[in-house]
Amino acid sequence: MRAAQEGDRAAYEQLLRAIIPFVRSLSRRRCRNPSDVEEMVQDTLLTVHRVRHTYDPARPFSPWLAAIAQRRAIDILRRRQRVSKYETTDADRVETFSGAAANNDDVEAVHSAEEIANLLQRLPARQREAIERLKLQEMSLAQAAQVSGQSVGALKVNAHRALKALRALMQVRGKP
Amino acid sequence: METEQLIEDLVGGLQPVRRLRPPGLRASLWLAAVAVLIGLALLRFADWAGVEERMAVPRIALECAAAGLTGITAVLAAFMVCVPGHSRRWAALPLPAFALWLAVSGLGCLHNGWSLHGPGGFIGDSSHCFVFIVAVSVPLSIGLFAVLRRARPIAPLPVAALGTLGVAALADFSLEFFHPFDVTVIDLALHLAGIGVVMAAGIALRRRVLAAG
Repeated sequence: MRAAQEGDRAAYEQLLRAIIPFVRSLSRRRCRNPSDVEEMVQDTLLTVHRVRHTYDPARPFSPWLAAIAQRRAIDILRRRQRVSKYETTDADRVETFSGAAANNDDVEAVHSAEEIANLLQRLPARQREAIERLKLQEMSLAQAAQVSGQSVGALKVNAHRALKALRALMQVRGKP
Repeated sequence: METEQLIEDLVGGLQPVRRLRPPGLRASLWLAAVAVLIGLALLRFADWAGVEERMAVPRIALECAAAGLTGITAVLAAFMVCVPGHSRRWAALPLPAFALWLAVSGLGCLHNGWSLHGPGGFIGDSSHCFVFIVAVSVPLSIGLFAVLRRARPIAPLPVAALGTLGVAALADFSLEFFHPFDVTVIDLALHLAGIGVVMAAGIALRRRVLAAG
């Protein structure tokens, strides 16, 4: 970790990979859902990255890491509880949505992933990154902000603009 | 998103960082700076003849010392819990001093016959105590949070609670040097209300003032 604090990428990569089993086992103690466990692991890695300057090499590493992992696990479980209060499952619904609004012809007009990738290339770099991080890689706003270096506000704005621009591009393509 | 992809992104974006100094040292430096500021303000503005007279009463001197000790221990605890890996028991550090301050203040109320009225009526001059605690705590809180947010606390709630308790207690300690009358029930209630308002504001704003560091 000391080397990582000094910017040694190889040491940092080695460290991140080495801590995953420990973080995963801590997360599994709090939660059995594999996707939640993976989210806890990822949030812990992001937090380790964000607060890596707080690690004091004179002190043991494990308590520092465990405190972060436990905190992130608690945060995710609390978030789940909050969300489950307001959300219901849609499994029993048998309705189909036949209205025009539910069948987005503009989107249907674009058939292939390749075509979407081509459209993405036509967006400004920051808008493209916002879409890639938030929609394609399904990062949270906090994760995307950490990785991209854009603020949460800028990501929201860029994602909104990117979707608007994509919609416009799709409409142009959909026209005969 | 895949964990593998995340690792690659984090490693790719790695920059050297300036290591945070040990929390005990950071707390000591912050407290020393505040001690100088408060000391200068007291030298300039306090009524020292009155202070000497009141501090001659052991109970009042103990009340003042307990308030100061609450402030110091709460600020130290805020710095400690700010950094991952330090025991959560640090959060209990200010409790003995705070309990002592409450007990000695309660003794003062008892000494003054549990009178609800202070000088100048039911609330009277005690309203100044409330204003003083809040007014002194605001700049101290800003200064403290500016330093604490460098650690990007992963659990901002205890940090905000302890930090604001610390600055409010330090404000209360400073107030003892301007307090021209002994504690009464309503006076103690307004001191506690001042501390409570400062803590509530700090806790409410914790994510904005601490998480974005």
